[in-house]
Amino acid sequence: MQQRLARGEAAALGELYDRFASLVHGLAHRVLGDEGGADRVTREVFGYIWQHPDAYDPRQGSLRSWVAGIAQGRAVDRLRQAERDRGSREELEEKVRSANAAARADYIVTSMPAPLRAALELAYFQRRDYRQAAADLRISEDEARRRLRLGLQLLSTANALPPEDTAPPGYGPPGYGTPR
Amino acid sequence: MNGPDDGLDGPGGPGGPGGRRPGPEEQQVGGAPRIPDPRGAADDLDPAHAPPPPDLPPVPSPAPDGAPPTAAGSSARSGRAPEPRSHTVLKSLLGAWALAACSAEETQAVEDHLTECAPCAEEALRLRDAVGLLHREESLDLKPMLRSRVLEECLGKRPARIPVPAWAVPYDTETARLDALLRDFGDGEWETPVRLKWFEEERRRTRRTTVAGVIGHLMTVDGLVAAALGLDDPLGPDAPQQAGATARTEHYWSSAGRPPARHVREPWREQGHTLLRTVSFAGRETAELTVDYGPFALPLGDAFLERAFECWVHAWDIAEAVDYPYDAPSGPDLNRMIDLAARLLPSALAHRRRAGLAAPAGRLVEAGAPGRTLRLEIEGSGGGSWDIALDSPAAQPSPEHTVARIALDGAEFCQLAAGHISPEEAAVGGRTATARRSATCCSPPPR
Repeated sequence: MQQRLARGEAAALGELYDRFASLVHGLAHRVLGDEGGADRVTREVFGYIWQHPDAYDPRQGSLRSWVAGIAQGRAVDRLRQAERDRGSREELEEKVRSANAAARADYIVTSMPAPLRAALELAYFQRRDYRQAAADLRISEDEARRRLRLGLQLLSTANALPPEDTAPPGYGPPGYGTPR
Repeated sequence: MNGPDDGLDGPGGPGGPGGRRPGPEEQQVGGAPRIPDPRGAADDLDPAHAPPPPDLPPVPSPAPDGAPPTAAGSSARSGRAPEPRSHTVLKSLLGAWALAACSAEETQAVEDHLTECAPCAEEALRLRDAVGLLHREESLDLKPMLRSRVLEECLGKRPARIPVPAWAVPYDTETARLDALLRDFGDGEWETPVRLKWFEEERRRTRRTTVAGVIGHLMTVDGLVAAALGLDDPLGPDAPQQAGATARTEHYWSSAGRPPARHVREPWREQGHTLLRTVSFAGRETAELTVDYGPFALPLGDAFLERAFECWVHAWDIAEAVDYPYDAPSGPDLNRMIDLAARLLPSALAHRRRAGLAAPAGRLVEAGAPGRTLRLEIEGSGGGSWDIALDSPAAQPSPEHTVARIALDGAEFCQLAAGHISPEEAAVGGRTATARRSATCCSPPPR
């Protein structure tokens, strides 16, 4: 995909949009909370990628995580601009911090292994306890507990404060590497 | 919003974290105790949650990996004097505890443990905060126009070195629009019945299929375009190539074994992307390649327009079946589709004459000479007017020889051309037999 974009293939741009537009728009909407702003961020993000396809380094992670990082960064920039003159600096930083965490959490949920997501959905949205969830998923109760804990551990990385001037955390490849 | 900012400064001490976070439909009032509420009716049905009977054997000791060998069902009944669970077992419960997804007795055991185990208390707090980040995924429909706008802006900033040919752009737009409609469909929606309607031999024909069946139909007929470009046939090498769209679709529907389901979306989409990519690289001259539809043939550029048109018409069928709104194509794209139908009218008329379905031409007209002309006026977005030769495809339309006028709304015209409404219905405004006959011809050959 990156090569096709770099070659200037318009068809690749369309495919890129079809793959990532809902991710980009969804993250921007989570940060900004308004549709017009999310539309603008979506236009900016694809404009940036189309003009700078070489900025993506596959060694740093998936194309999806790169696109998500750009989307979140742009949306947060826009949030800062919009909120600059409202409230104190601390309030602004708190808004930015919580918007960043919410967007990273969304990304983590959509990117985590499907079995973990399914367990979380049952326990949280459908109010099943872990035994019921185990029965629904046809897994052992141990495994249900393990998935719930692991899913939350992954999700909790969204709350980590990003160090200055680095890519936001939470966009690494999701995995099972967390200690039990 | 059940945002991450509520309760981040929650109880810090190990004894503090104790309850579920407010769910999506409840809001915790500040300062309320964080103790899980008693679970609802679902719990009561579960024997595992019944009050523990006395005299049960003690909890089995956990396996080395922290898992009790006979699952936690037994541990819920650990009696009045519960055997203390191991640190490993309690730790394994932290996720379920944070989600308020364990029994009251387990909750108590975990919370007792948290007062004496700092690492677990720290993790419990972290996981409980993570629960606050869970959101129900909002299903925001991306506005279809946003795609065109994004692509246009991008290409304005950096022109494509390998552009999509202009005649293929409506196909790109319409397939992406339909794909976006399908994105959030669940299994039920894929199986929704759809009634396809068309006109054939003066009669209304209908065919029942499902949403997935419609996508299969689109993929099958797109395969004719793929064949013209030398690409693989989605139906495999043994599929009837010359049989035309209808026979191919029937072949697909009957040979799939079981009815097509949601898995048809990916090959349909992939073929569409491959078609666009192929014509982008092949460049302008491919527009003159011929696509063989069986009973008739179209140049590739027109075939792409025809496929865009069909994609929209069937997206409309699908949207109607699942009760979603679906817009007409953008004005310029609609205009191209109407133009294609207008250009096909003279040969459709000739085809009908040969079949004895249309009155013979009034007089013989030399090729290139002006002949009787139908004035087609399309109103609304994408509209315009077209002069159509009625005597023969080779005759020259001429405003001075206009014998009939048809005025229709753009979307109405396309409904007619798609066979969704009868020529009689469309020609209600037409005064003459010619108008009716012409409207009849607007119905294209069966696809």
